[in-house]
Amino acid sequence: MSDIADRVKKIVVEHLGVEEDKVSDSASFIDDLGADSLDTVELVMAFEEEFGIEIPDDAAENIQTFGDAVKFIEDAQ
Amino acid sequence: MRRVVVTGLGLVTPLGCGVETTWSRILEGRSGAGTITRFDASRLATTYACEVPLGDGSDGTFNADDFVEPKERRKIDEFIVYGLAAATQAVEDAGWADPSEEEKLRTGVMIGSGIGGLNSIAETAYLIRDKGPRRVSPFFIPGSLINLISGQVSIRYGFKGPNHAVVTACSTGAHAIGDAARLIRDDDADVMLAGGAEAAISEIGIAGFNACKALSTKRGNAPETASRPYDTDRDGFVMGEGAGIVVLEEYEHAKARGATIYAEVIGYGLSGDAYHITAPSEDGDGAERSMRAALGKAGLEPAAIDYINAHGTSTMADVIELAAVERMMGEAAGQVTMSSTKSMTGHLLGAAGAIEAIFSILAIRDQVAPPTINLDDPAVETAIDLAPNARRERRIDIALSNSFGFGGTNASLLFGKVA
Repeated sequence: MSDIADRVKKIVVEHLGVEEDKVSDSASFIDDLGADSLDTVELVMAFEEEFGIEIPDDAAENIQTFGDAVKFIEDAQ
Repeated sequence: MRRVVVTGLGLVTPLGCGVETTWSRILEGRSGAGTITRFDASRLATTYACEVPLGDGSDGTFNADDFVEPKERRKIDEFIVYGLAAATQAVEDAGWADPSEEEKLRTGVMIGSGIGGLNSIAETAYLIRDKGPRRVSPFFIPGSLINLISGQVSIRYGFKGPNHAVVTACSTGAHAIGDAARLIRDDDADVMLAGGAEAAISEIGIAGFNACKALSTKRGNAPETASRPYDTDRDGFVMGEGAGIVVLEEYEHAKARGATIYAEVIGYGLSGDAYHITAPSEDGDGAERSMRAALGKAGLEPAAIDYINAHGTSTMADVIELAAVERMMGEAAGQVTMSSTKSMTGHLLGAAGAIEAIFSILAIRDQVAPPTINLDDPAVETAIDLAPNARRERRIDIALSNSFGFGGTNASLLFGKVA
């Protein structure tokens, strides 16, 4: 797993209070990891902070799974 | 007329977490005051307060993990954490954690706060200044709003009855209990959780009350002696924090399910001073009308009162309330015991009226009036027994609890023993 994926996973585990092994590439924040819409806003903010990037609202809407997040951040770097 | 009784209690106070822990320490006359530990208070005129003792839950300490999951706690201000903790205790005490779906529709929540998420507001303002508005958490607003204790409690237990919150400064807790009792009396609900919570011991909170000249500033070397209602050397209140919440229930409903009944809410009075934004009217007229209104609802004469839990904040206003009580009691003044538990807990602002209602209820249960500690040199002579530095074992069938708030908002709750 890439360094970026590790850091994203750490944020997800911390914010959503889920077990690390539940955070698979296809895991949906809302459907699989118990997040609500406010949690996902906070997650995106945490990604921005961690990686020093800006994630526009329309892009944020497409980040629905752990894999989506990792891919977006890898592309943005 | 539907009668309203108290069937559950919950407390988080500077004397500890839990009703019996707090109450036993109150009866021992212990002070909850100390040097501020939560933040660097060195820039402030007041460097001490009555903080809730944090710990692992042993020896009466408050362990937030016992009540709210760490990941949820991040999203809410401390006043909501205290409120959820006291509400959880009260619900469990009442045996009302898992009623039927129909009963949940008839169970409501009315928990207020004087100031709400003050510290979260300050921290978020710093964040916007330092990092810009995009960094503001989506949980900032729902984590700071005063009615979000009521919201959180209803979500936790599925209570779908009236959901409301009171904001009347230092009268909040008393107004919440009184108004919730009326919702039950008026048949809007059978069971209500009611009370108040506060967590304003922060730089902005202390600085604000310092600016109003409301806080004690002179006793940094001995904070436990700083809250001294009625004493000649009092110099302002000591800020406290925490929450007090009761379960109120319609009398027949409580009896039918065999609930433990602590006391009955027999009277509730309200009044306004229409005088000054922070000072009470000098003649104590508002206080007296509030107390008399509560007695009127109960159909009782002042002489029926055995114990009064005073507002008594350890400010100049103490003697105004005292004079109003003397006037109201008349020749019966010598028969009543009146104490200020703020001498021990400090002033919990929006939670004060609720924790003091609980102390009044426990005074009826245990037939003992709590002391007023640090009362070494009374500022005025009075026929009223202020229970200086020692509790009073005595008959208490009727207890009155007073709360007065900034803006000139007054509330008095009258509790009676249920035979």
